[in-house]
Amino acid sequence: MATFTPTVPAQRPATSRGDRNNLPPIPGGGDDGRPDFGSPDHAVRLRRARLGLAIALTPILMLFVSFTSAYVVRQGLPTLDPATNKVVRDWSPIPLPNTLFLINTLLLVASSVTVELARRRIAQRVALEPVETIPGVSLGNEKEFPWLGLTIVLGIGFLTGQFLAWRDLAARGFFVATGPSSSFVYLLTGVHAIHLLGGILALLVAGTTVILHRRLESRHIVVDVTAWYWHFMALLWIYILTLMELAR
Amino acid sequence: MVAQESHGHAAPQGFIRKYVFSLDHKVIGLQYYFLALTAVFVGMFLSLLMRIHLVWPGASIPLIGEIKPETYLSLLTMHGTIMVFFVLTTAPQGGFGNYFLPIQIGAPDMAFPVLNMLSFWTTFVAYLVMLSAFFVVGGAPLHGWTGYAPLSALQSAGPGEGLGADLWITSIAIFCIASLMGALNFITTTLDMRAKGMTLMRMPLTCWSWFITAILGLLAFGVLLSAGILLLMDRNMGTSFFLPLGTINGVLTGHKGGSPLLWQHLFWFFGHPEVYIAILPGMGVASQVLSTFSRKPIFGYKAMVYAMLAIGLLGFMVWGHHMFMSGMSPYTAFAFSVMTMAIGVPSAIKTFNWLGTLWGARIRFQSPMLFAIGFVSLFVSGGLSGPFLAQPVLDIQLHDTYFVPAHFHLIMGVAAIFGIFAATYYWFPKMFGRMMNESLARWHFWFSFIGTYAIFMPMHYLGMAGQPRRYSQGTELAYLKPLLPLQKFITYAAIVTIAGQLIFLFNLLWSLRNGKKAPDNPWEATTLEWTTTTPPPHDNFGGHTPVVYHGPYEYAVPGAPRDYVMQTDPATVVAH
Repeated sequence: MATFTPTVPAQRPATSRGDRNNLPPIPGGGDDGRPDFGSPDHAVRLRRARLGLAIALTPILMLFVSFTSAYVVRQGLPTLDPATNKVVRDWSPIPLPNTLFLINTLLLVASSVTVELARRRIAQRVALEPVETIPGVSLGNEKEFPWLGLTIVLGIGFLTGQFLAWRDLAARGFFVATGPSSSFVYLLTGVHAIHLLGGILALLVAGTTVILHRRLESRHIVVDVTAWYWHFMALLWIYILTLMELAR
Repeated sequence: MVAQESHGHAAPQGFIRKYVFSLDHKVIGLQYYFLALTAVFVGMFLSLLMRIHLVWPGASIPLIGEIKPETYLSLLTMHGTIMVFFVLTTAPQGGFGNYFLPIQIGAPDMAFPVLNMLSFWTTFVAYLVMLSAFFVVGGAPLHGWTGYAPLSALQSAGPGEGLGADLWITSIAIFCIASLMGALNFITTTLDMRAKGMTLMRMPLTCWSWFITAILGLLAFGVLLSAGILLLMDRNMGTSFFLPLGTINGVLTGHKGGSPLLWQHLFWFFGHPEVYIAILPGMGVASQVLSTFSRKPIFGYKAMVYAMLAIGLLGFMVWGHHMFMSGMSPYTAFAFSVMTMAIGVPSAIKTFNWLGTLWGARIRFQSPMLFAIGFVSLFVSGGLSGPFLAQPVLDIQLHDTYFVPAHFHLIMGVAAIFGIFAATYYWFPKMFGRMMNESLARWHFWFSFIGTYAIFMPMHYLGMAGQPRRYSQGTELAYLKPLLPLQKFITYAAIVTIAGQLIFLFNLLWSLRNGKKAPDNPWEATTLEWTTTTPPPHDNFGGHTPVVYHGPYEYAVPGAPRDYVMQTDPATVVAH
């Protein structure tokens, strides 16, 4: 093949196999003419971080999908009762601390709103940053409302509420090992709480970058990505609560 | 999660930042590779102990003493776990994928370098935790790499099922998190960091295989993590997810109502994609090497891509074929059986495309090519026993016999290892700037190739004759006595084959310092890693970003001045 001699005059210059393989580089290229990835371009970094987050949420989703499947399967399993020697179902629904869960849900939904406001505010500031560098232009030195701080407080409030819910369950005699339904309640709320704690840590990181005088743009990326993560956690909590309340 | 600008500034200078906690994907790739290299020798040593014990059960081994039946179970558990997780998952994806994915798509690094570093060091911690299970009271766990409950779910189920098993599960959970971080990086990098002109359908098949492997890992490891959490709760918090009512030595365990089958479902939902996580990168490397050394474009590039996607997709629908013996409904078994045999179609497409690539080629029989052809051979030999095991009726006979280890060692174990060898011989010049010794490589190939078949082909016969797997002393049973000569033959073959691997180890270490200096493109290959210097600079392309004009396998192009066209060659050449 290496010493190919064309027997007919070549109709067109051939350097490639197939038409689609000899495209000019830019249209349909890897980044579709978007700015170079090597550049510290803010939009590129933001897009990449958001893509990374969307991908990172997939395994979290899979974690809870498999918990759910275990929940459904375990609920329907029969077991032998050694006392009566009969096959019974050992799943008995436990009384959930509904008032506490309702308050917690409200706290988490409220924090989702505040984190969204923080996200939009910082996006605005990044967009307006070039304007502020123009000599003589000032956008005013108004005090920023600490939406981020409020979100952290609400998040800690939610976790405290969850802790109180566990205390409440324990006080009424429902522990992790009491029965399959109580195991799952502790499991689902516990794993969700750990994930939310991660979100709080990320918000704290965003907060410390203010103190460290990191660039506003870097802070924007942390806040933006954490906000989306936070919304996901709120949705996930609503899903978990629905599962625990409806599939009892 | 924050996008990094690690390559915006100069390369790090200090030893620690440069070689230990490096953010450079190339260093991290090598760290993964050498981690897997140590792991593979540990795993191989364990298999050697098992082979010796099987035929000489009373033999006293220096420093270890006589191997007891429970020690045998520990050995097989740790052999399987270390090989599957820390070799077959780590070297092809974490090692070569990390090193070459960014270079092959023309990126300066992975999308999230800090996450990449964390991913390696988390894997490293998982590896240490896994090895520590050997040294605790009771020793390593007995439950095999599949960790079936209830054996794995009860602290008192046997020696090794105490702290050893807790360490085992913890290690697997840590490994899951590490793999998820890696998969996140691979997918983001592939989607978002390709150079100009590098369309998805111009990516080398290696990149496709790493990309699809990462997607499989992303979907599978979360499920294994959930199963691990439930198992740890059953063991330490008194829950009953996997534990039915039962007794140990006449004493009630205190658990009731759970189902061991729930563990099997969760485990195999991860476990089956996991075997494709091990083999897909090998398929990518084989395609790359076969095309390069055949001096022909890969036969049916698009078919290869779609076949890999189909294998990945079908891989999530067949986990039940590991559970035909669990008392599942025959209708369910039939559905799993049909889906399993459907995987034969994309696998056959790949095989025939590899053969089509070789057909009529002027093949350069150099060491990477030998191992790539070896890969195809093992893939076929191991794959052909798949349709046997995929049929519930045949599986009743063959399940838990040596036929199964024969099947999966050939197709997922040794074939994937041959993929790693092919990749090592192929990319060693690029990674270290020196060539490996070709004659030693050939000796290594023939030792490994013949040795592998000598070990695993007879195991099919053992299985058909009814030798059960995981039994420590076949010598005690009358009906297995006639099989002992074959077992001895396998042990001799294993000793010779393992000795042959020392040739590889010597060649690798010796060539690092003494190998012939490698040119930038020793194999006359076309993909982007061969356009940069050897070894590649810190930002991969020395300050510029490549622009891609061609597909990855442009060999023997009519009218071109050479028999290959680099992906970056802009020149339009007029014939005549």
